[in-house]
Amino acid sequence: MNRFYKKKKISLSFQLILNKIWRDRVSYLFCLPYVVLFLIFTVIPVLISMFFSLTSFNILQPPKWQGLNNYITLFLKDEIFLISLKNTLILATITGPVSYLMCLLFAWGINELTPKIRAFVTLLFYAPSISGNAYLIWTLLFNGDSYGLVNGMLLKLGVINTPIQFFTDTKYMMPLVIVVVLWMSLGTSLLVFIAGFQGIDKTYYEAASVDGIKNRFQELWYVTLPMMKPQLMFSAIMSITASFNIGDAITGLVGFPSTEYAVHTMMHHLQDFGTVRFEMGYASAIATLLFVIMVGANKLIQNLLEKIGG
Amino acid sequence: MIRVQRVKVNRSIGGDIVLLTALALFGSIMALPMLYAISSSLKPLHEIWIFPPKFLVQNPTLKNFKDLLSLLSDSWVPFSRYIFNTLFISIIGTGGHVIIASMCAYALSKHRFYGAKFMFKVIVLSLMFSSAVTYVPTYLVMSRLHLINRYSSLILPAFSSSLGLFLMKQFMESMIPDVVLEAAKIDGAGELRIFFTITMPMVKPAWLTLIVFSFQSLWNINGGIYIQREELKTLNYAVKQIVAGGVARAGAGAASIVFMMMLPIIVFIVTQSNIVETMSASGIKE
Repeated sequence: MNRFYKKKKISLSFQLILNKIWRDRVSYLFCLPYVVLFLIFTVIPVLISMFFSLTSFNILQPPKWQGLNNYITLFLKDEIFLISLKNTLILATITGPVSYLMCLLFAWGINELTPKIRAFVTLLFYAPSISGNAYLIWTLLFNGDSYGLVNGMLLKLGVINTPIQFFTDTKYMMPLVIVVVLWMSLGTSLLVFIAGFQGIDKTYYEAASVDGIKNRFQELWYVTLPMMKPQLMFSAIMSITASFNIGDAITGLVGFPSTEYAVHTMMHHLQDFGTVRFEMGYASAIATLLFVIMVGANKLIQNLLEKIGG
Repeated sequence: MIRVQRVKVNRSIGGDIVLLTALALFGSIMALPMLYAISSSLKPLHEIWIFPPKFLVQNPTLKNFKDLLSLLSDSWVPFSRYIFNTLFISIIGTGGHVIIASMCAYALSKHRFYGAKFMFKVIVLSLMFSSAVTYVPTYLVMSRLHLINRYSSLILPAFSSSLGLFLMKQFMESMIPDVVLEAAKIDGAGELRIFFTITMPMVKPAWLTLIVFSFQSLWNINGGIYIQREELKTLNYAVKQIVAGGVARAGAGAASIVFMMMLPIIVFIVTQSNIVETMSASGIKE
């Protein structure tokens, strides 16, 4: 009796939802094209990736169930994966926060300029990030023979006797990659911050000044930043996601695979198994881990930012 | 001349000087590689081979740009074909993205319906990882749909870019008063008509921003995974091949880099104020 009652209740609420959906059908139709494409190209691949990560799959034969074997192999037997994990985390923990702070500070400075100069300086900082593969210019700057600009200058000055192989010498690869990535990382976040600074009502500053705020630093800390929390949240997402996604730039600079895996990232490892070795199950395990790390880092930072300023 | 606004409170002249110096210093560091690219692209061949290499070009020439067009013209895929491919993908992809994402953003921001909040949560979640992560399953999906080696393998995913939808939804939410839409409804306008004749004109800064962002990412797209046929490959791919030629092709390489960055930069200059306006609504409020 009770069970029957429950069933009826469920079917009733289901009916209710269907009614609601029918009533709002226009809204759903508006969303339909986007949602279909979003499902096909974003949601479904993530789900497939999670499923394949538990199998071994080479495209030609149907996937074979492996349980957690792929993950166990990754952490216990695959030394190169551990290198790639280490490199990914180093790159992300350096470039993510540094780029975020650079965006914030530069936007802060830019905001003090007059509108015309502001537009020009914004372009100056933003340009490297929109120019696609502008990072390739660094391969000419730091070219490994004496005709590369930096090597040429160092040779001329007598600092070195033979050209430095910047892109194959493991000593220089990581720092150079970090510099280039930072150079081209002042993207969406910078614009968000500039907009955030401009959007704050000037009367708040006047009020704060009456209340005893003495200089621009106090103003930034006590007035501006708390008011810009929504922008801080959004640009954190943009910066973090970008800091994990720098595989292409690295390949463009040092080639693939990099010498002694010095700047081999998880993205490269994924590429290696996904496009070179066709071990799709294993590649999917790497992808799933990377996905979890990216989303996890984002959630973590969101929670931290939530606490700042109450 | 740089003149600092003196209308604000809490500004010391010393602070202004430090700030401007720091901005000028970092600004020039940012600009140097770009200037070197431009300077190298104008260098004639003999200037590339002088030692020590000079930062600035002595006798500027446009020969590298001419070479660029002829460089690949005798190979079976001319450079102009890569330009056409990229332009085609960028224009169609951007157009579709703006319409599709705006429609969905309109419903999400101005209609209340079952599942809307959940949908938006998933979209924000998707901002937190890059689609490059899932390229393996995406490839499988595409090959199922017979999209491999077609422009649509790059165009269709661009339609559903989540950054564009996110920005548009936030902007519509803060810029369009519900009263306007209700008034239109009372006057008997259908939803499609409200969307095209009232909503879209009111969010011009936002769709200009979507155009710029979508165009930028498509213009720079490599797409080598989904498109293997040489005659369908993109500009980004071609430029990488040219630069890989090393010093011997430094001139043409630099010219191709400059060529590629020109268009996005010009587009940005024209639309900058609109983009900043859109971004002011972009924050995430919990």
